[in-house]
Amino acid sequence: MIKQRKLMQGNEACVFGALYAGLNFFAGYPITPSTEIAETLARKLPAIGGNFIQMEDEIASIAACIGASLAGAKAMTATSGPGFSLMQENIGYAIMTEIPCVVVNVQRLGPSTGGPTAPAQGDVMQARWGTHGDHEMVVLTPAGVEEVFTLTVKAFNIAETLRTPVILLMDEVIAHLREGASPPEAGELLVVARKEPKESPAEYLPFKPQDDLVPVPASFGTGYRYHVTGLYHDEAGFPTGNPEKIDRLVRRLKHKIILHQEKFLFYEEYLTNDADIILISYGASARSAKAAVNDARAVGISVGLLRLITLWPFPSTAVSRICANASVVITAEMNLGQIYAEVCRVLDSAQRTLSVTHVDGTLIAPQKILAAIKEAAK
Amino acid sequence: MKRSTGIGKYMRLDRFPTIWCAGCGNGQVVGALLRAIDTLELPQDKVVLVSGIGCSARASGYLDFNTFHTTHGRPVAFATGVKLANPDLHVLVLSGDGDTTAIGGNHFIHAARRNIGIKLFIFNNGIYGMTGGQCSPLTAHACNATTAPNGNMDTPFDICELGKAAGATYVARGATYSPVRLEAMMTDALRHDGFAVIDCVTQCPTYFGRMNKMSSAAEMLQWQKERTITLERTASLPAHAVKDKIITGVFRSERKPEYTALYHNFRQQFGKDKDHV
Repeated sequence: MIKQRKLMQGNEACVFGALYAGLNFFAGYPITPSTEIAETLARKLPAIGGNFIQMEDEIASIAACIGASLAGAKAMTATSGPGFSLMQENIGYAIMTEIPCVVVNVQRLGPSTGGPTAPAQGDVMQARWGTHGDHEMVVLTPAGVEEVFTLTVKAFNIAETLRTPVILLMDEVIAHLREGASPPEAGELLVVARKEPKESPAEYLPFKPQDDLVPVPASFGTGYRYHVTGLYHDEAGFPTGNPEKIDRLVRRLKHKIILHQEKFLFYEEYLTNDADIILISYGASARSAKAAVNDARAVGISVGLLRLITLWPFPSTAVSRICANASVVITAEMNLGQIYAEVCRVLDSAQRTLSVTHVDGTLIAPQKILAAIKEAAK
Repeated sequence: MKRSTGIGKYMRLDRFPTIWCAGCGNGQVVGALLRAIDTLELPQDKVVLVSGIGCSARASGYLDFNTFHTTHGRPVAFATGVKLANPDLHVLVLSGDGDTTAIGGNHFIHAARRNIGIKLFIFNNGIYGMTGGQCSPLTAHACNATTAPNGNMDTPFDICELGKAAGATYVARGATYSPVRLEAMMTDALRHDGFAVIDCVTQCPTYFGRMNKMSSAAEMLQWQKERTITLERTASLPAHAVKDKIITGVFRSERKPEYTALYHNFRQQFGKDKDHV
């Protein structure tokens, strides 16, 4: 059977992916270049009995999503840099209280108001470290419209499985790009449902980790009355000052993600097997990088592309393995080298590296990356 | 309806003693609320208490309901998500004057505007107690605070006027000096369909009292008694006698479609999306 291809925008694909994953609650605030997600869901959600609400700001948007999720909903919000900055405190709250949700950040050029419609990838480190305190973060970044769909579904699944917020880090180009896509049929992709506790309320400990290090906090209103707090808490959910319990909690919140990371460290290789030069890129930049690889191959340069799909946790093992025999590793991104620094941290310090940076508010062009490849090949 | 009996069943007694100081009014506000909940026999499994950050926000941890201690200033926004996702839940917000009228002012007025069925109880002691006595948007003019050592220059908000202007459909003010009246208002608020806000005037002898020459709870309640006047009494008094008084009573109680009910109707009416995937 030939699958039907549809012309779809990146932001629309995010909506369809979220609905496929079971989204039934969206709270958001208008901001370019993410607004189409809210606009489309304002039409779609009422039709399936879900909730759409435009909140008074981005702080309220993420708060409402976390509240809805605790009441059993699958919740998502979408924003861009300035709004993502406002959400950081409550993203940390969702990490600490282990309430799943998906946060879409369609990156635009910063800092500050920057360029609302200008492509950039400057929020890579913010997505990792934007909220205070030690924590682990799951951040996925798509490079095409169909991938926006599938990655949104995966973002929900990871959020549910690990009981943690997941960031879908898009960029303006991918969000506004329209291209043909073949969305998966119903049942084709795995959709993870919210886990429910098996114990009786009397013996129930909402934050007691299971073997997978993930607890099973019940949805409010289902007969399990318990306390949820952003303070350090024990397995019953109540604030504690016990150093041992505090240490155990902070470490577990990180380790539960590290323990499962192999299942969601996504990347794609293109012509890397025999490549002398490895190019690392992601998101819209990776499309230009791929074009540059083809152009370079056409003039006889042995180059391949490693496209990162999961940015955080950083796929360190894959990066060092794939780059092990490369004479030069080039990182191309629309920022001043945020992933480049991470690549350097992972690679052998003797290995030659190059950073292609781009922050002028336009899409990085293949020619710019090609020039770097030619330079490296000299 | 049965008369209040033991409210101990609503308490997580193993979490006691509370962090609250001797003479703090928070226990009086919570007591009135629990008696109101008991009067209406709200099922514990269906009550959600949402709180923010501050002394009063710690109330949620001591009470045996679905309790949600959130971030500073945001409990109304979190509560909006809970209520919308499950309108069958009784969603109550316990918040302080700093939490709701300073950092969380925006969420308060917008929830009032939507008339979403959240009940907001503001423990108003006119000071930031947990951080040690800084002035809040409800600290009276000329009163002392650690951040207003020469007296507060600012003019305080009037929570009830703010709530009314923003569209809240139940608006009242009570005081710990008069807990029976406070409880009656809380019962009213819990019965109310839309957004309800009660300004619960309470005392902080430790910080507000000490910095304003009232070191005991009794002195503070006396001060409260002298400064408050009931709405009913104001009718027969000349304007100058009411000036600078804190008026207690029910300022608004009106019926208007509640937000989640409106949304339900909206879904029935406009919920057909032809190009739904």
